[in-house]
Amino acid sequence: MAGIVGYGAFIPRNRIRADEIARQWGKDPDTIRRGLLLREKSVPGRDEDTITISVAAGRAALERGNVDPQSVGALYIGSESHPYAVKPSGTVVIEALGIGPHVHVADFEFACKAGTEAMFVALGLVESGRVEHALAIGADTSQGAPGDALEFSASAGGAAFVFGRNHLVAECVDALSYTTDTPDFWRREGEFYPRHGGRFTGEPAYFKHVLSASRLILERTGLKPADFRFAVFHMPNGKFPLRVGRQLGFTRAQLDTGWIVPTMGNTYSGSSPTGLAAALDEAGPGELILITSFGSGAGSDAFVFRTTERLLEVRDRAPTVRSMLDGPHRYLTYGEYAKYREKIRMND
Amino acid sequence: MRDVAIVGAGMTQFGELWTASLRSLFVEAALGALESARADHVDSIYVGNMSAGQFVGQEHLGPLMADALGMRGVPAVRVESACASGGHALRLGCMEVASGMADLVLVTGVEKMTDGVDVTNVLATASDQENEVYHGITFPGLYAMIARAHMQSRGTTEKDLHWVSVKNHRHGALNPKAQFRGEVSVEDVAASSMVAEPLRLLHCSPVSDGAAAVLLAPLARAKEFTDRPVRITGSGAATSAMALADRADPAFLDAVEKSAQRAYAMAGIQPKDIDVAEVHDCFAIAEICALEAMRLTEGCNPVQAARSGYTALGGKRPVNTSGGLKSKGHPVGASGVAQAIEIFEQLRGEAGERQVAGAHRGATQNMGGSGASSVVHIFERV
Amino acid sequence: MPSPRYWREVPARYRLEGARCGGCGKVVFPSRPVCPECRSRVLQPLTLSRRGTVITSTVIHVAPDEFASEAPYAIAIIETPEGARLMAQVVDCDPAGIVPGVEVALEFRMIRREGHGGILCYGHKGVPVSPPAERA
Repeated sequence: MAGIVGYGAFIPRNRIRADEIARQWGKDPDTIRRGLLLREKSVPGRDEDTITISVAAGRAALERGNVDPQSVGALYIGSESHPYAVKPSGTVVIEALGIGPHVHVADFEFACKAGTEAMFVALGLVESGRVEHALAIGADTSQGAPGDALEFSASAGGAAFVFGRNHLVAECVDALSYTTDTPDFWRREGEFYPRHGGRFTGEPAYFKHVLSASRLILERTGLKPADFRFAVFHMPNGKFPLRVGRQLGFTRAQLDTGWIVPTMGNTYSGSSPTGLAAALDEAGPGELILITSFGSGAGSDAFVFRTTERLLEVRDRAPTVRSMLDGPHRYLTYGEYAKYREKIRMND
Repeated sequence: MRDVAIVGAGMTQFGELWTASLRSLFVEAALGALESARADHVDSIYVGNMSAGQFVGQEHLGPLMADALGMRGVPAVRVESACASGGHALRLGCMEVASGMADLVLVTGVEKMTDGVDVTNVLATASDQENEVYHGITFPGLYAMIARAHMQSRGTTEKDLHWVSVKNHRHGALNPKAQFRGEVSVEDVAASSMVAEPLRLLHCSPVSDGAAAVLLAPLARAKEFTDRPVRITGSGAATSAMALADRADPAFLDAVEKSAQRAYAMAGIQPKDIDVAEVHDCFAIAEICALEAMRLTEGCNPVQAARSGYTALGGKRPVNTSGGLKSKGHPVGASGVAQAIEIFEQLRGEAGERQVAGAHRGATQNMGGSGASSVVHIFERV
Repeated sequence: MPSPRYWREVPARYRLEGARCGGCGKVVFPSRPVCPECRSRVLQPLTLSRRGTVITSTVIHVAPDEFASEAPYAIAIIETPEGARLMAQVVDCDPAGIVPGVEVALEFRMIRREGHGGILCYGHKGVPVSPPAERA
């Protein structure tokens, strides 16, 4: 059986409060916080991008799994904000991690589920026996248009998972995907900000795909929500993951640990992967975790993992998600945020 | 080896000289030197210049300047050692006369910095591009690191830095060729804007245009050109690690120490035998470090030399009577030669209000980058 | 900067690959063909630890164009446990707190961009290690 050998995450240290953004656009901070269940989000520094976040998360995953970089036969990074339009993020990351050159590298994109895309393919490659280890990363430094609802949630961060067959910290019980063509959120080539279909992003998009994938995997595995320790869902805002979790029959206690969006924001391709890392940070041995992502366009990847004893032995080798969320960070003004996110038109 | 003398000198005003070009600056200084010596030809020309290629897109300065001077056919070459280009031009010119390969050698330095190029990036090419500049360090930033290390290990304070600028401006106010001829107070310096902590704007030499030239001849022929030649008795040069990170003590300028020791040895003197000196105060901390490495302030901590008046006009050993790079200006390639001209005038008794009474022996110290190259010359009244 | 010149420096910039002199043991970073201490030509690859101590530092206020929007930023000479010294910015902190003696971890960051259309250049920057009392 294949599964996760090592995992890691990275969240940038800058933050901006939802209140600060609300004030900028003349919106009522209370309404925003209550409506979206968001308090603050992470902001990448000008020197941070999908590549740097992937390196940090990747280093942590390799360390936790005690994996020799030279044994990694594939590296996949899923993101909506790959720094280059043409030239892979993955090639910079392999050089930084000491992986390769005998390695397969590909960048993935599928809106917010590009990270779990990478995980799905990495898992399959390991299961086929073609590579010993495959490293899958979901990371983003997504943009939200000024004054748009997404500006409150679009944040930065990511998580990395080394898949293998031995020394697992979590076995993969099952994995599947549910995909249709649903134009709920998109960005055309050359556009700086994405656009979305407003309320259309809810029921026909997020909920349809997350519910379908999750119900399908529960049915296939014969498992019930009560069997699980944790459930992690894609977090475009605070409300959607709680509502879909409730609809599937999970309790708040099962959802809370992976529900990191109120303070981290929505790191797009990093969202549910980082939630999974947060769950692995707290799970005991022999426990079940469900993760279902959602990518606009649209689709969901669902995985069921069962943790092992080894998880507890290796967990301390790298920082936990909680320690990065609660650790040293700095709150930015909207002006600083706009400068860092290059929303200000410069003269060059 | 023959004895070498300076027999003539000329320099332009230093400053933001909008109507002057690289060529016109050179010609003005060179003609000044030739006319002061009443010389009508030269055997060889050296042009000290750091970055004409980057500032005005011009390389191959040797033939360009010989041509501009109406001396096509004369051997001429450009010498580069960042801010020590002028000092090295002097050293090479000196060697050519001393060796007997040429009699009359025109040593010049010139820099045109104000034609619109980003000066920060150009000056940074004197540092380690791949390992220092790549990461966002600037030239003032390197000296700021040296200053901070100096403060940590030797207790130097910001006020000690302020006093260097105050002293040099006081001297520069007396120099008609200086870029800045106004005095500044300690408060002015302390209030000036921060460039790279702890260095403020008034700790930093300015961006300047200018040129300087001296005519060298064998001492035996000097009287043909002037009745007051000045002998070059010592020349020493040295290099150090290029990157500040590779220096054992980032606060100590070991290239300055070595170049000074070599020059003193050649001249057969001790530092205390020097009456007046021009040192490379590209930033206030550099003067302090140079004094320390050259052992020029016996009996006085070099850190307090400016504050105590030891290195001021009227003090025990005046340093940078010209106003230094800070107040006189720092057209990079020209500075090393301009330093020699100040000492030349001091030893001839021609320094006017800046005159150090009875000055018999002087020194110049010219440095490149963050101290990776240094060249020291010793001069003596004949 | 032109790609080949950047690409050649990847082992040093991405992986902190330096060398230890086979003659005198001096550690150099980046690697070089000749030992600066003893001139030996035998230099063995050595990867530096991703941490170090600040030796000296400054805060850049007047920055080159490429770094203008990051000013003011702290930049320091950092010594790693192996005894190598390197220049790196120090970020995710109050620049005023970066003084000699501060312990830093070295993180992979983007160092500069070659304008709007040129390559992205990466390397390491220091991030202060929080004192034990502050760790959660």
